[in-house]
Amino acid sequence: MTDSPYEHHQYDVLIIGAGGAGLRAAIEAKQRGLKVGIITKSLLGKAHTVMAEGGMAAAMGNVYSEDNWMVHFRDTMRGGKMLNNYRMAELHAKEAPDRVWELEQWGALFDRTTDGKILQRDFGGHRYARLAHVGDRTGLELIRTLQQKVVSMGTDVFMECKVLKLVHDDDGRVAGCVAYWRPSGEFVTFEAKAVIIATGGAGKSWKFTSNSWEGTGDGHAMALWAGAQLIDMECIQFHPTGMVWPLSVRGLLVTEGVRGDGGVLRNSEGQRFMFNYVADMFRAETADSEDEADKWYDDHSAGRRPPELLPRDEVARAINTEVKAGRGSPHGGVFLDIGSRRSAEFIRRRLPSMYHQFMELAGVDITTESMEIGPTCHYIMGGVKVDAETAATRVAGLFAAGEAAGGMHGANRLGGNSLSDLIVFGKRAGEGAAAYVESGEAARGFNMGEVDEAVREALEPFEREHGENPYDVQRDLQEMMQANVGIIRTGSELDNALVQLDGFTERVKNLAVKGGRAYNPGWNLATDLPSMLTVSRTTALGASDRKESRGGHTRDDFPKADPEFGKFNLAHSSNGGNWDSPITTDRAPLLAIPEELKALLEEAK
Amino acid sequence: MTDVSMRIWRGDATGGGFQTYTISQNEGEVVLDVIHRIQATEAPDLACRWNCKAGKCGSCSVEINGKPRLMCMTRMDQLPEGPVTVTPMKAFPIIRDLVTDVSFNYAMAEKIPALLPPPMPVGGYRMFQADVERGQEFRKCIECFMCQDVCHVIRDHEENKAHYAGPRFFIRVAELEMHPLDTNDRREFVRDEMGLGYCNITKCCTEVCPEHIHITDNAIIPLKERVVDAHYDPIAWLGRKIKRRVITSSADAAVQPAP
Repeated sequence: MTDSPYEHHQYDVLIIGAGGAGLRAAIEAKQRGLKVGIITKSLLGKAHTVMAEGGMAAAMGNVYSEDNWMVHFRDTMRGGKMLNNYRMAELHAKEAPDRVWELEQWGALFDRTTDGKILQRDFGGHRYARLAHVGDRTGLELIRTLQQKVVSMGTDVFMECKVLKLVHDDDGRVAGCVAYWRPSGEFVTFEAKAVIIATGGAGKSWKFTSNSWEGTGDGHAMALWAGAQLIDMECIQFHPTGMVWPLSVRGLLVTEGVRGDGGVLRNSEGQRFMFNYVADMFRAETADSEDEADKWYDDHSAGRRPPELLPRDEVARAINTEVKAGRGSPHGGVFLDIGSRRSAEFIRRRLPSMYHQFMELAGVDITTESMEIGPTCHYIMGGVKVDAETAATRVAGLFAAGEAAGGMHGANRLGGNSLSDLIVFGKRAGEGAAAYVESGEAARGFNMGEVDEAVREALEPFEREHGENPYDVQRDLQEMMQANVGIIRTGSELDNALVQLDGFTERVKNLAVKGGRAYNPGWNLATDLPSMLTVSRTTALGASDRKESRGGHTRDDFPKADPEFGKFNLAHSSNGGNWDSPITTDRAPLLAIPEELKALLEEAK
Repeated sequence: MTDVSMRIWRGDATGGGFQTYTISQNEGEVVLDVIHRIQATEAPDLACRWNCKAGKCGSCSVEINGKPRLMCMTRMDQLPEGPVTVTPMKAFPIIRDLVTDVSFNYAMAEKIPALLPPPMPVGGYRMFQADVERGQEFRKCIECFMCQDVCHVIRDHEENKAHYAGPRFFIRVAELEMHPLDTNDRREFVRDEMGLGYCNITKCCTEVCPEHIHITDNAIIPLKERVVDAHYDPIAWLGRKIKRRVITSSADAAVQPAP
């Protein structure tokens, strides 16, 4: 047993993050008979998974029997603009149905078809109705199901515990982490044979975001510092439909299910403008008249898809362009209208939380009035570079799954593919970590020097009398990233962002915190800011280097996709392993796609 | 932009009191926005829980002007004129400021016998919408624990927590009992271990539920009826004596491979 001056725990598999991926990984490792611990920054059941609304994509073929994994694979790769790790997209498409069915054994209650199967709904970029769902609260159903399963298995969960840094053994394997309890501010060390990063996203670095306070990219950052690589960090998904008014809820998500269920986008002139924004890649499968599009909802063979259901990057850019052209709504968005197209009863049954959300927060009745919406920072496609089969990183003992991992979604994620990503690769990460532990190659020793250094850094803000308020630094960072590394980017602004990030690094070194260590949000934020800066920097570096537009990365100065840039991911590594260490960026070639899968992608439709 | 006076309880387990902050307030803001502004300016160490800020995660439960509310869904312009009083939930021990120790709820959740479904057929289970809807109502629960906070059985009687689960877990048991696939039986458990009989259906829980779940009518009363049927029907009593099937741990029972 390591001699730690702090509260110390030992596990076979330690999972950081208790959202869908973390909980699914825990179930898997636990079923293998290993000792499993889960750490979460919040209470159990509050992770960002709860915010997912529309559903989880799985080609079960319950609504359209033509659907199968090959179509799902194709849709995912095309939606990702072919920057995906093809093997992840393939495994995801093949395994998602089993992972969804499995949830029913654990208590999930999905909406049903008339013959009693799991009902599936239409979503952007998916050729067939494919999303298993529960009204518009599918994420809640997923997290509650996994949470209840984990609890019934007797797994240790450390709630409101913030991990500062990963810790290695003497040979460089990951051997655990150092954290603190938010309620008491006391430090705690965790020794583990394998660690799974399942910390979710990083959207809190932007001003208008659907992400909660937790989305600070802790897992992205600590994996990079520990020696892993981050890929595709420039690929940020701006969800087309976030609320824009009142200002206090700007960025709050409006589910794509509104459009899947018949909602359309209109500009201030009342025009369904998406017909003007159909890229060549999607023209063959997209309706070219309102009449054709409207027939499609009831029968997918009667017409082609409405352009409102193009992949999210396409729709977000179109909205951005309409607003810039002066055809926006009074509060700087566009109109999303379902009230004039579907009955009030249908809307309240299919979209209950959207109805509730607009009624309570904006005083808008969506069964009769249009919603005002605009793009909001929602999801990071980029993340820790992992092996598709095992979720292993290049650092022994370190695994990653869910939004924190990169590769699965390429340059743009399709709606509904994230919940299924969590359960497919959560399970694989649990298996991968378990197999690693069982191989006997796991870490021996625990570097207390790394612990001491992390603790010292975390406590520094208490010692500065005249430093800066962490809230001021966070607000300025969010405004800077929104302005310079937002939905539309250009070289000069990215250069500016990189210079400004150096300034932010200095400001973070000069933070001061008032009060004590027990449940002190100011201090908690001070310890999140290094992660936010690491994410912001890798995003800006990637965005600067990728001189083309692809998926969730749009360059005003390079508006087209460049086939040369479609051959590699930009992979970042830390030189030094500290949060302020220099970062180098390399070109990592994409995996070659086998011929039989290539054929699926090249089919005309 | 107008100014508003916020009376916020600050302190910890050893004691505390109200502090008043006069702070600006913008159109359309909710209580959580104003709390965040206080944190960002005057009191960065003001402790509160929050996550989604959209009424979906149930983290930011407090008492606003004495009533359990989610801070993220309570609009400032719908509160009465005058100072707004914000206090932590009363039924749970204080950690700091507006944050309480809700571990009672997590401990209770661990005790509930899990779903026990039959093996899954190839292609998944068949269930019908009308049958899943009963459970779906209860699965809307966001675990804000405001129903627990307002329930007088524990709000005013700390000692009852040892043998009373509270409304949140009555709907959880009701959901499992009404689950189309479940074969477990929790009727004795809910009577003996969860203290269902203590509830005298005053419906306070139903009134505060932000998801508008009919906790009393659709969960607690049907559960009480089931318990009564099981315990005071002589034929059922005899049947129970002959064949008892209560599985209290699902750890081995619920592990089944996917197809």
